[in-house]
Amino acid sequence: MTLLIGSLTIGLILSLLAFGILISFRVVAFEDLTVDGSLALGGATAASLIVAEWNPILATLAGALAGATAGAVTATLHHRFDINRLLSGILVMTALYSVNLRVMGKSNVPLLSHPTVMSYAESLATTLFGDERMVSLSVWQAPGRDIAALLLMFVVAVSVGVVLFAFFRTNLGLAMLATGDNSRMITAQGVNVGLMTTLALFIGNGLIGLAGGLLAQYQGFADVQMGIGMLVWGVASVILGESLVRSKKIGLLITGAVMGSVLFRLLVAIALRWGLNPNDLKLITAVAVFVALVLPKFLSRSSELVRRPSRA
Amino acid sequence: MLEVAGIRKTFFAGTPNEVRALQGVDLKIEPGSWVNVIGTNGSGKSTLLNAVAGAFYVDQGRIKLDGTDITRWPEHRRAKLIGRVFQDPFSGTAPTMTIAENLALASRRGQARGLSLALKGSRKGELRDRVAAMGLGLENRLDNPIGTLSGGQRQSLTLLMSALIRPSLLLLDEHTAALDPKSADQVIRLTQQFIERDQLTTLMVTHSMPQAAFLGDRVIMMDRGRVVHDISGSDKKRLRPEDLLSKFEELRRANQLDESAAEMLRAQYV
Repeated sequence: MTLLIGSLTIGLILSLLAFGILISFRVVAFEDLTVDGSLALGGATAASLIVAEWNPILATLAGALAGATAGAVTATLHHRFDINRLLSGILVMTALYSVNLRVMGKSNVPLLSHPTVMSYAESLATTLFGDERMVSLSVWQAPGRDIAALLLMFVVAVSVGVVLFAFFRTNLGLAMLATGDNSRMITAQGVNVGLMTTLALFIGNGLIGLAGGLLAQYQGFADVQMGIGMLVWGVASVILGESLVRSKKIGLLITGAVMGSVLFRLLVAIALRWGLNPNDLKLITAVAVFVALVLPKFLSRSSELVRRPSRA
Repeated sequence: MLEVAGIRKTFFAGTPNEVRALQGVDLKIEPGSWVNVIGTNGSGKSTLLNAVAGAFYVDQGRIKLDGTDITRWPEHRRAKLIGRVFQDPFSGTAPTMTIAENLALASRRGQARGLSLALKGSRKGELRDRVAAMGLGLENRLDNPIGTLSGGQRQSLTLLMSALIRPSLLLLDEHTAALDPKSADQVIRLTQQFIERDQLTTLMVTHSMPQAAFLGDRVIMMDRGRVVHDISGSDKKRLRPEDLLSKFEELRRANQLDESAAEMLRAQYV
């Protein structure tokens, strides 16, 4: 039960990562590789500020802002200096590894003895469940602190999702959607595509930095390696979400990103429970993304093969 | 009013693929005038349109629109003054977005886009009326993605979008060339309707001699990056498609003559 609640919570935290990837990869069609760096930057910044006695919420927001800045740098490298998109992302991601070490001063910052957002979850648990350490959910028992953390992250993920949805119904948000859909058209409508992409990567990596900050506080430490593989993880969540909602409407894509992120985390938890070697996790994630990308094409081809004889 | 003075553009300068697309074009279009541009492939007519739209910067010369020098304005900034319809029906609209959303985007062409709701109830009603006025029956499909429509329908909507805010200049780049004859007729009818209603200053590139002869109030013919004929006033009113075809034939002969003359000179003197 604790395992289930834990993976749901991490799934919800990482749905912010999926939102960020949705915005860069899907909304403005920019293959942004900053992700691994900006997630760790968010975690590193938040953790360092928490250790420096900042209010945990302010520290988390500062982490988001740091991630957002990294995204804006990637977009600027591409648009101002004409560097290939992938290379821009790689440059920033690589640079961020050193930046993150500088921010933290070492490769790992533990947070266990400091007040974090998880402290709020603990006081929430006390309010909800009193002093009982274990709470009964029908036949199961779970620590109240974990349940409160899950609730907290649920509220965060849903609120961010709702705000994003509202944003994409404004004039600015609509222009951002059109930037990825048809950049020639939106230029003819007077939108500076470079600026719009920069804004999109700013927002996207801001959300990814936010995910990093929350993740660090949830797991109790920030680590310079915490971003590795997160890009593929987020892409997997987005693709999984897309196949769940089967739509290109932005509202459904946002919902799908949350569902995909949580479901993917659950699948991973189950696989680990069944004895999957954690060292193989990234390999399996990459293979899963490959399969998800290839499967739809393969399926449509094979369904054609099935239909053809009946037509003759 | 559009004033183009001595613009030149060479692509791939200094390479074997060098193309002198515009070699000194001067053009002045009075407000409310509708000018058709014709010419063979590679004559520079689309390049002229793109130069005005800002798809690239010209090497030399100046472009003025409504008295403002826009020569160094980037493309998205010129969109404030210029409405455009492209040859490819897929270029002018965002396919996964709905008709209403596309129109909402066009209703803020060249303006600041803030955080106010794009499709308020009243706004949607206005847009529905504009679509209904086109008489294509699309007003009941405002919430459908535009990618589900036919090329003709998309081109009609692109046209509506380009004129939703009155542009100082309307640029039409062979906007019926990729359509079937029936849709092309429909789009041309709408084009006429919009231009006449709002007295739009228009520059239209076309391959169709009947369109060039019967529409608008002026025709310019381009060849090798220059304007070689400029027909307006009563001459334009009398103009028939055959006259334009014979002008093309003349050009072809003249060009051939140049070639053979050059050949002769080479043979004798080189």
